[in-house]
Amino acid sequence: MRLESHPIVDFKRGKEVTIYFNGKPVKAYEGESVAAALYAAGVRVFSRSFRFHRPRGFFCAIGKCSQCMMEVNGVPNVRTCKIYVKDGMQIRTQNSIPDAENDALAIFDKIIDTVFPHGSHYKKFNRSAKLREFATKQMRKLAGFGNPPKSVPDVDAEYEIIETDVAVIGGGPGGMSAAIHAGKYGARVIVMDENPFLGGQLVKQTHRFFGSAKERAGTRGIKIAKILEEELLSYDNVEVRKETKVFGVYGNEVAAVEKDRKLLRVKAKKIVIATGAYERTLIFENNDLPGVYGAGGVQTLMNVYGIKPGERGLIIGSGNVGLILTYQLLQAGVDVAAIVEAMPRVGGYFVHAAKVRRLGVPIYTRHTIVRAVGNKRVEGAVVAQLDDRWQPVPGTEKKFDVDFICVAVGLSPAHELLYHVKAQMKFVPELGGLVPLRTKYNETSVEGIYVAGDVAGIEEATAAIMEGRIAGLHAAMSLGYGGEDVKKELEEAVKDIEAFRAGPFGERICHGLEKCTLEKEVSL
Amino acid sequence: MSNYLERGYLEREDLPPFPPEERLTSGKPVAYIECVQPIPCSPCYESCRFDAIQMDNINDPPKLDYEKCTGCMACIRVCPGLAIFMLQIKDGKGYVTIQYEFLPWLQKGDRVKLYNRKGEEVGEGTVTWALNPERNDRTQLVTIEMNKDLIYEVRAVRKR
Ligand SMILES: Cc1cc2nc3c(=O)[nH]c(=O)nc-3n(C[C@H](O)[C@H](O)[C@H](O)COP(=O)(O)OP(=O)(O)OC[C@H]3O[C@@H](n4cnc5c(N)ncnc54)[C@H](O)[C@@H]3O)c2cc1C
Ligand code: SF4
Ligand code: SF4
Ligand code: FES
Repeated sequence: MRLESHPIVDFKRGKEVTIYFNGKPVKAYEGESVAAALYAAGVRVFSRSFRFHRPRGFFCAIGKCSQCMMEVNGVPNVRTCKIYVKDGMQIRTQNSIPDAENDALAIFDKIIDTVFPHGSHYKKFNRSAKLREFATKQMRKLAGFGNPPKSVPDVDAEYEIIETDVAVIGGGPGGMSAAIHAGKYGARVIVMDENPFLGGQLVKQTHRFFGSAKERAGTRGIKIAKILEEELLSYDNVEVRKETKVFGVYGNEVAAVEKDRKLLRVKAKKIVIATGAYERTLIFENNDLPGVYGAGGVQTLMNVYGIKPGERGLIIGSGNVGLILTYQLLQAGVDVAAIVEAMPRVGGYFVHAAKVRRLGVPIYTRHTIVRAVGNKRVEGAVVAQLDDRWQPVPGTEKKFDVDFICVAVGLSPAHELLYHVKAQMKFVPELGGLVPLRTKYNETSVEGIYVAGDVAGIEEATAAIMEGRIAGLHAAMSLGYGGEDVKKELEEAVKDIEAFRAGPFGERICHGLEKCTLEKEVSL
Repeated sequence: MSNYLERGYLEREDLPPFPPEERLTSGKPVAYIECVQPIPCSPCYESCRFDAIQMDNINDPPKLDYEKCTGCMACIRVCPGLAIFMLQIKDGKGYVTIQYEFLPWLQKGDRVKLYNRKGEEVGEGTVTWALNPERNDRTQLVTIEMNKDLIYEVRAVRKR
């Protein structure tokens, strides 16, 4: 299942190592995540749901959905898509007997379902708080929370205090651009990212990007990540910490853990939050079966690790992500049965749709998926036409034989850290969900806390780069760096992003922004 | 407005005007741009040193001046939409140059199947020129010889 050749990417695999999955040896390569290595070895069932013990596969592959949790070297509930293989690593599925693949407890699914049909507990135990508490407790017992480790790991945690001007959380295009533009004018900057690499979502975007030449249009996303990283590393006053997860922001201090054991306490005058987004899912029958994946999850598997997600897939959603993913699957030699879109027309750019249409992939507009078929993994999908009230039209069902289904229905901002700082938030559908109020310089309602990229509203890497530029420049400027030059560039940056959003595709974004722009006066 | 967004491909009435026959047979290929929707994209415009592509702002769909186009192929190298095709007619044969990003890479002399915008097979052709993919960041440019009536139809190829 590992790709040996690919038109665009050369997969450089590390040294071969052996990991143990439920006791059985599995071949893997250094640099692969545990989830990816297991997938390549044919493992599809990663865990079982708490209630009903339903089989679950991975979904997002970026550490944001928790579907891939297993016990790793005795530590329970580890997201296996965010941990990398090491020789001799012991991985076990949890909350199942004897293992997730053949879970005897799955019998509950059948029994309980007859008494409490799916979803009924939402109504059943809500009459009083006491009853709900009692019922929740009983259900927790039934479901279990994995097996907590018996002993405390015997490692010393190091501790480091860092003082800096600007702390940037997230090393995607938004964060890198913010760091570059603050660093360029002399501010001391630290960039933290939980991944062992910079680039965020760009590392899986093998296609050429849109935009203007100034934003490096016509260049592949993977290259843009490299270009930004090189520029970032060229500034001595910018420090990069990889494999560093920020778990809290308390006032002006950022708390992070580096390489899983070293604690960082970063005291920063300005903080830029650029944590990106989550993948959304969609409600349909059996949407929890292994084989139903987020589009980005499939991209990560295929374009970062060079692992084929399957033989034939179905794509739900015809936005740019769905369209590009389809093209990338074809490039990796994977068949795509169809693209299904509920709206009456293609959601993404027409040129992307044309690319896959001429390669023979049909696009069904006004259609939706009604169910995934299969027992322990996806074996097919049923699609139906929608009427004007978005209801499936009886008799229009079509069945596709596919071994995976990609849900490409959009992203939502990853906004947790914004609550730590008590930024004012607002639900803005045009921007993908809950987003912070911000000034036109991307400062939130909390002074000194900035946002950039998808966390501020789902848009594009190009926009993330532009927003990062604005946030970085403003942060540097308000710390007194850069003089007139930085003011000039800031004005230019604001104009650039306005021009970028001026077209029909930017209209929705502008509508959304109107709802969450703070009029707080910011002196230039 | 046309419903090309319902279908995902352009029909005859959605297409930009064809280049004049004299230009097609003039000895140099001419760019033909199938990018009709306003999207924030402009590398084709920025790459053309001959002012052949007009665009008022980044969201304006590109318009091509066939007389100014020299056939230099700068635009087709960078178009992220794979929406630019070079067309030519020579000695009664049609030639279409497209961006190609699949394995195996194509080579001069290869026979390929030809597909139209809907993905239907419409014939066979021969590769007469293939740029080394490494020379264009792995987007290969390939020129396919075909029946001259097919140059407005064929938009994808696959090796047999
Ligand atoms: C299939 C697909 C195609 C796309 N095509 C295009 C395109 O053609 N053109 C375009 O412009 N855009 C495109 N995009 C969009 C683009 O990839 C995103 O908009 C962009 O990456 C957003 O940048 P960001 O910096 O906001 O977030 P991200 O790229 O998501 O980066 C966020 C980073 O923050 C890190 N992080 C998150 N939380 C923490 C924490 N607590 N501690 C430490 N680190 C953390 C993450 O690991 C990640 O590296 C595409 C996206 C997809 C999925
Ligand atoms: S082929 Fe050359 S001259 Fe013609 S439009 Fe493209 S870049 Fe301009
Ligand atoms: S570069 Fe391609 S996709 Fe972009 S505007 Fe030009 S023709 Fe359209
Ligand atoms: S958290 Fe690992 S797949 Fe989502």
